[in-house]
Amino acid sequence: MTPRTVEFDVRTPAVDSSGRLVQAPLGVARRASEHVAEDFGADHMLINIGPQHPATHGVLRLVVELEGETVRRVIPHIGYLHSGFEKLGEYRQYNQIIPLTDRTDYLAPMANNIALAMAVEALMGIEVTERCRLLRVIAMELSRIISHLVWAGTTGIDLGAFTPFLWMFQERERVYNLQEAWTGARLTTSVARVGGMMADIPEGWEAGLAEFLRTFPATLREVDAMFTRNAIWIGRTQGVGVISAEDAVNWSLSGPMLRASGVPYDVRKDRPYLGYDEFDFDVPVGEHGDIYDRYRVRLEEMSQSVRILEQALARLEPGPINVSDPRVILPPKSRAMSDMEAMIFHFKQVMEGIRPPAGEVYMGVENPKGELGYYMVSDGTAKPVRWRIRPPSFLNLSALPRLCEGALLSDVIAINASVDIVMGEIDR
Amino acid sequence: MSEAGTLAVLEAARASARAAIEAFGAEHLRHTESCGQVILHVAPPLAKQVLAWLQADPAHRFDYLTDVTAVEYRDPERPLEVVYQLRSLERRVDLRVKVPLDPEGTLQVETVTDLWAGAEWLEREVWDMFGVRFRGHGDLRRILMWQTYDEGHPLRKSFPLRGHRSRAEQTRQALAANPEAHYTLEEISIHEAYQELPPDMQERLRRRMEAGS
Repeated sequence: MTPRTVEFDVRTPAVDSSGRLVQAPLGVARRASEHVAEDFGADHMLINIGPQHPATHGVLRLVVELEGETVRRVIPHIGYLHSGFEKLGEYRQYNQIIPLTDRTDYLAPMANNIALAMAVEALMGIEVTERCRLLRVIAMELSRIISHLVWAGTTGIDLGAFTPFLWMFQERERVYNLQEAWTGARLTTSVARVGGMMADIPEGWEAGLAEFLRTFPATLREVDAMFTRNAIWIGRTQGVGVISAEDAVNWSLSGPMLRASGVPYDVRKDRPYLGYDEFDFDVPVGEHGDIYDRYRVRLEEMSQSVRILEQALARLEPGPINVSDPRVILPPKSRAMSDMEAMIFHFKQVMEGIRPPAGEVYMGVENPKGELGYYMVSDGTAKPVRWRIRPPSFLNLSALPRLCEGALLSDVIAINASVDIVMGEIDR
Repeated sequence: MSEAGTLAVLEAARASARAAIEAFGAEHLRHTESCGQVILHVAPPLAKQVLAWLQADPAHRFDYLTDVTAVEYRDPERPLEVVYQLRSLERRVDLRVKVPLDPEGTLQVETVTDLWAGAEWLEREVWDMFGVRFRGHGDLRRILMWQTYDEGHPLRKSFPLRGHRSRAEQTRQALAANPEAHYTLEEISIHEAYQELPPDMQERLRRRMEAGS
């Protein structure tokens, strides 16, 4: 990422010590407002934000201790959406867990579905087909785009910009239409299966995606024009919620939160899966670790996703989407009805489910919000002993008290938005 | 990843595991592998030391704590394991450290929050879900379940899927519960402000604390 070009040339009207109106750099105006807080002395005040509050992006409750307008302490309370997914997973067969993953990070359901299938495939040593692999890359990158669109739109609203929200949701709607055409569902896609996909893409889908890829960058440019050099946006985001690279690593942050602080770790590059190393794309890295850099990183990631999608689409060739492995994929109906062996496999799979060998695997993928990890422990039966979700936004949110120290109350909303949380995944 | 790359990463993780075994003794440490991932089993008394060594030793530098969780097996003979997923960001190497605990005994390990700040919520979750106590954790409260939840630790195998109590009993208790009892005054403490509160509010806070404790 290029260094900031707008850091010092954006100014705002301010009043100097002798009462004259001057054009002050935005940074100075911020420092002055922090100064005011000290006038309020030692009076502490408690503010309760949420759990039912649109700016907490879900049922998150924050108890904020204020000194004047300066935040002294933030105590997040989570768990309002806890549904015990990990426990439920222990009572379900592997493919039956996939619908649960829709409901964790529901802003990027396809990425979760695929990560789960990949974890089980790693347990069983299954290699998916070329077409399946490319379709998975496409699904994952589309998920990244829609998740970042929601992030940018809602964060814009939190900071007072309403129009970009509408542009983002229009674009997201187009991806949702693609998701619906492919999977029959807009949100609860359940698109992956162990060893393949739930369905191949329908006819004309590729053209729809190509059309989206052709027109979507124009929206990105509009957002860029609206936000990147916008004085209000810069004033609210630059230097706010800063975390250093060292701290970001120590707090186990991941995804754009980690990269905005200048740590170039992206699972797609550093532990490639689904053949991401064959794609030509860049990983944007920030340097200041503030909200503004998180915005820049996410905006650039959307452009890079478009690049990956274009390459994947160009490589997509007809072929099977499911592996021909009778342990995980049902034999074709015609064979199951005419061939004894196929009939037995069909019966075993339906009655007993998929049975990976005893063992355990940690499968980490680069989800839009950070590194999603599925830690799957099998004892050789059809249901996992343990299905652990390593939720990226849970860990990113855990640093919120640290990010908000000394910020202003209004910044808490901005910082919380910049973390990009989704409570379904945090509470699980 | 290319096959050579995968192998190099696996070899690096093996080397770290072997170095740890050499440094701390083979009687307390053991190294296994599953699905091409390296697992280092560490006896509970040494766990903190080994983790600190893995983080600080310049040859290993596992500076990133990916995850802390626990596993309880269906086989009651097997120990409950606390699992740390470590990563070296520079070397791009992953290592899993497992600490076995007796599921019948006191589940206790040393906290690693002083090594990795990210462990704070992760350890709270393991406490909440499995009942493993992390000695030295400054704020070991329940995190996903509510503060007054008293049915135990949901991810233990002895915990039935639908909870210990019937749905009717759960509903009855939920309706009868004091919704303000979930958070103690200490948790949101402003002690000096308490004295200045109007008497009725003081009384309410006091009652809340009594109900909550």
